[in-house]
Amino acid sequence: MHNVVLEARHINKEFHDPVTVQVLSDITFSVRGGEFVSVIGKSGCGKSTLLYILSTMDTDYDGELLIDNERMTGRTDLELARIRNEKIGFVFQFHYLLNEFTVLRNVMLPGMKLGKYSEQEVEHRAMERLKMLGIGHLADKMAYRISGGEKQRVAIARALINDPLILMGDEPTGNLDSHNSELVFEIFKELTDVHNHTLLIVTHDQSFAERSGRIIEMEDGRIIRH
Amino acid sequence: MNTRLTFGIAKSLLLARWRQTLVAAVGVTFSIAMFITLLGFMNGLNDMLDGLILNRTPHVRLYNEIKPSENQPVNVASEFKDSYNFISSVKSGISRQEVYNSEPIIQAVRNDERVLGVAPKLNTQVFFNEGTIDISGTISGIDVEEEMRLFNFQDYVTAGTAIDVKHVANSIILGKGLADILVADIGDVVQVTTPEGERFSLKVVGYFQSGIQDIDKVQSYASINTTQKLLGKPANYITDIQVKLHDLDIAPAVAAEYREKFEVDAEDIQTANAQFETGSTVRSLISFSVGIVLLIVSGFGIFNILNMMIYEKMDSIAILKATGFSGRDVNLIFLLIALSIGFFGGSVGLIFGFVFSVVIDNIPFKTAALPTIETYPVNYDPFFYFIGSSFSLITTYFAGFFPARKASKVDPVEIIRGK
Repeated sequence: MHNVVLEARHINKEFHDPVTVQVLSDITFSVRGGEFVSVIGKSGCGKSTLLYILSTMDTDYDGELLIDNERMTGRTDLELARIRNEKIGFVFQFHYLLNEFTVLRNVMLPGMKLGKYSEQEVEHRAMERLKMLGIGHLADKMAYRISGGEKQRVAIARALINDPLILMGDEPTGNLDSHNSELVFEIFKELTDVHNHTLLIVTHDQSFAERSGRIIEMEDGRIIRH
Repeated sequence: MNTRLTFGIAKSLLLARWRQTLVAAVGVTFSIAMFITLLGFMNGLNDMLDGLILNRTPHVRLYNEIKPSENQPVNVASEFKDSYNFISSVKSGISRQEVYNSEPIIQAVRNDERVLGVAPKLNTQVFFNEGTIDISGTISGIDVEEEMRLFNFQDYVTAGTAIDVKHVANSIILGKGLADILVADIGDVVQVTTPEGERFSLKVVGYFQSGIQDIDKVQSYASINTTQKLLGKPANYITDIQVKLHDLDIAPAVAAEYREKFEVDAEDIQTANAQFETGSTVRSLISFSVGIVLLIVSGFGIFNILNMMIYEKMDSIAILKATGFSGRDVNLIFLLIALSIGFFGGSVGLIFGFVFSVVIDNIPFKTAALPTIETYPVNYDPFFYFIGSSFSLITTYFAGFFPARKASKVDPVEIIRGK
């Protein structure tokens, strides 16, 4: 029904320090537009490592990665930065907001970097996203003055500012209490159902994964179910 | 758009840690201010010391040296042309010290557009007679007005008026040291004996103080006419033509040209005063080195603070890179931080340096040897300010270079996974 937005072909990765360990072996799968995919597995099974390879931040692997049907493997740092900026949104376990800026500026940063819209437009779009996530009233507060749950929602707004092709999350609810976790899950659900966003979320929260659209389960560096 | 964004981020990071920033900037300010002050003061002193000699020295001096003829008759004679001629006990001939054709030469030099002015001069040895004692000295016959205009003669006449020596017949301005020996007050008459044995009475109209004691003990000035009368010479008799040029640096070339053209001896200021050049150069070198060392030290301060900032801002760097800022952007941000510390610290430093210079310039500094100096001398050459500001930027650039490179190499995966 939808195009393939992300495709991994035979991805292998080894850690060499202190001894050579095969962390990922022959990972092959694809994600289609509009899917809500969660990657689960035990601690140390390589799911986070996989996510960082898929996010183009880790370039030290064998195999092929395609985003939007374009080959990512072997590109320069500058090109990959541009692609991350434009096509990938990130939500991490920790919020990583810049304390020197207001909530609004934090959300605007990747948009300003992209340079596709004028500053007023970026500001307007940032405001839209903050309102959509129910935190419009926090826009002018400094980033370190808001609560943990709010910070994570700001981080989601920041990830969405450039209308990314795919939103990636590394344990986005890992640091939140059950109430806030539920809130974040609802937001993700709404993003796929209503706004047709594509999500790839690494989690070890079984109940979170079960309610998502599709589960990829990993064990010892291999995909055992998808 | 992107430049503005980079500037914005750099500014926020700077202001977020404004105390650290201030400390770094104050380091730069201090070193630039000291650099400017030190160089201004040092060069002011240099200029003053050089001025003691150089202001009063003609850039080119035309004269006739007493020396043996280079072409001895035997060498010119055709029958001995192919022989080796050995001549022993060569003596200087009866050559006149006078500059021949002085009037046309002065006219020609005055019309040269490189020349600021020409002052003829007539030097002679005399004995000052004080009772039974004869004290040897020299009298320089000068064109008082030109001497005042070109060589600041008035500045060194500490008592009496320089121009009087022209207006009062048979008058003399004595060196201060000489006047003390002769116990001659202004208005007194001193006796002089010329090399030819003539005796004259001259009226003292002023004292002259050069700042160099040995000169003041022998030197005195009279008008050119008086001196010619003293020697019994006609009105066109002069021994030196002093030339002041618009540009001091072309003096050697001009001297060589005049030597050729007028068939006289010509000495340029660089040859005559080579040792002053050397002294000035060494002093400048020392002050430049001290100033640059100061800047390098403040550079290390900036280096430390940026390094700390990078460790503190690891998370921010990681997320900037994760959301699409390249290593180059991050590098640029930290370089901008370093450079703005250099720029603002340096600018304030320039202002402080100027203020300190003005303060020093107003501290009284009186010494008997230097009659024209009232306060400590300071040089305000814009060149120092230029060097100071470029160096503040260069050192801060290098101080920022390595931390910025480190920041640009931060691997976001390592930082984010580490949490």
